[in-house]
Amino acid sequence: MKKIEAIIRRTHFEEVKEALFAADINWFSYSEVKAIGQDRQDRIYRGVMYSTDIIERIEIKIVCRDQFVQPAIEAIMSTARTGEIGDGRIFVSPVDDTYSIRTGEHGDSVLADKK
Amino acid sequence: MEETVTISGLDTVWVIIAAMLVFFMQPGFALVEAGFTRSKNTANILMKNFVDFMAGSFLFWMIGFGLMHGSGSGFIGELHLFDFSFYPDTNIPKECTLIFQTVFCATAATIVSGAMAERTKFSMYIVFSIIVSVFIYPIEGHWSWGGGWLSELGFHDFAGSTVVHLCGGAIALAGAIVLGPRIGKYTKHGTSVAIPGHNLAYGALGVFILWFGWFGFNPGSQLAAEGSENAIAISHVMCTTNMAAATGGLAALILTWIVYGKPSLSLVCNGILAGLVGITAGCDVVSIAGSAIIGFICGCAMVCSVTIIDNVLHIDDPVGAVSVHGVCGLLGTLLTGAFALDGGLFYGGGWNFLGIEALGSITVALWAFTLGYLLFWVLKKVHGIRVESRIEEEGLDIYEHGETAYN
Repeated sequence: MKKIEAIIRRTHFEEVKEALFAADINWFSYSEVKAIGQDRQDRIYRGVMYSTDIIERIEIKIVCRDQFVQPAIEAIMSTARTGEIGDGRIFVSPVDDTYSIRTGEHGDSVLADKK
Repeated sequence: MEETVTISGLDTVWVIIAAMLVFFMQPGFALVEAGFTRSKNTANILMKNFVDFMAGSFLFWMIGFGLMHGSGSGFIGELHLFDFSFYPDTNIPKECTLIFQTVFCATAATIVSGAMAERTKFSMYIVFSIIVSVFIYPIEGHWSWGGGWLSELGFHDFAGSTVVHLCGGAIALAGAIVLGPRIGKYTKHGTSVAIPGHNLAYGALGVFILWFGWFGFNPGSQLAAEGSENAIAISHVMCTTNMAAATGGLAALILTWIVYGKPSLSLVCNGILAGLVGITAGCDVVSIAGSAIIGFICGCAMVCSVTIIDNVLHIDDPVGAVSVHGVCGLLGTLLTGAFALDGGLFYGGGWNFLGIEALGSITVALWAFTLGYLLFWVLKKVHGIRVESRIEEEGLDIYEHGETAYN
């Protein structure tokens, strides 16, 4: 059981979502995050230049069985990449256990990826 | 009045409609100021705009109208508490004069709130608003519009570049100096930090509303519409007013594009207002070509002024009220002396008229700045005019009002 955290461009969220469904990931959570990185633009407000180093991105969080990890990563990679600085990051880490709050079940069987 | 003038229905309706348009400048100011500042202070700035109009309406009727329009001396009118019956009916009833002058008074007060935004104690702002409506504005207004010494010299300020805008702008400058900059506005090394406003859509809508309201502010100041002479006058003023707004905005667009590499919306908004403020003094006496030039000069001057006040003088004026109303109010009055078709410097009128315009506008600026500075300084010593740093950082909405604009 693994957790995949992917930080992607907001503009690519829809495509990534479709690709993840196609890769049999049926459930994931996401949130809007702010990041600091190398992708920045100069802006001017009332004659004062300033740089925006705060980058707004979407972070997708997936927990799935091991065999779904590679397809999910490929799905994200193929849809979220533009080649420009700022395409994002993917982190994969092990997960000890998972519980269904409603039934009390735990383990792999709780996960919503296709069996 | 040397002869009896009968009240004209048409004139009255025109002035009443113009007063409504000038009233509608209040939401314009409110939106500009709210849009150009941060969302944590929106309720506060909206409340200040309401206070200016509410206090102004009451106090100008109570005391200001008498001080401004009572015969009195050349310096000050007379004290007529809760009474405006001394004022004669002219082509419009005295009630009509009262409401038209009230909305102007409130405009002068409301200019200041933008420059003092995001850091002023609300209670002290109310005190300030009262003093402007009962004292600072009516007295200098009397000089030009109430039969005072400036009007006797031949000082011409048709709708208030000096009387309303320069007065408000000079007080705004005094307030911004006494208050000091917002936390984080300048680094230790003295460089200016941009604090972007939270909603430029509000700001832009506010500017459109002000532009619209100015069509009452200037053409309404003719105070008459009946007869071909007045009809031509208000139509001409309408054209010069609109033209100066357009060229003022264009000037800011071109200048920011050249200087900063991109055309800046926030400064174009100010540029439009700069042109409007600039043309207000001379909108009836300059040609339409003259108004285009005045607007353009004021737009350029405003961009330079914003940069100098922010980057060199380090005076924090979040919405640019000092540049728009103070600098362009002064400039517009001076340019009236240069561009007036009758008596202007560029039309062979010599230096005399320009000299009177300079004398009038500079005196009013000094009056408003000195009294404003003194007032804020006293309030600062007695009670403090600035909120605590914690309140400033978390937002005036929560601590000063207990309610936030966005929930």
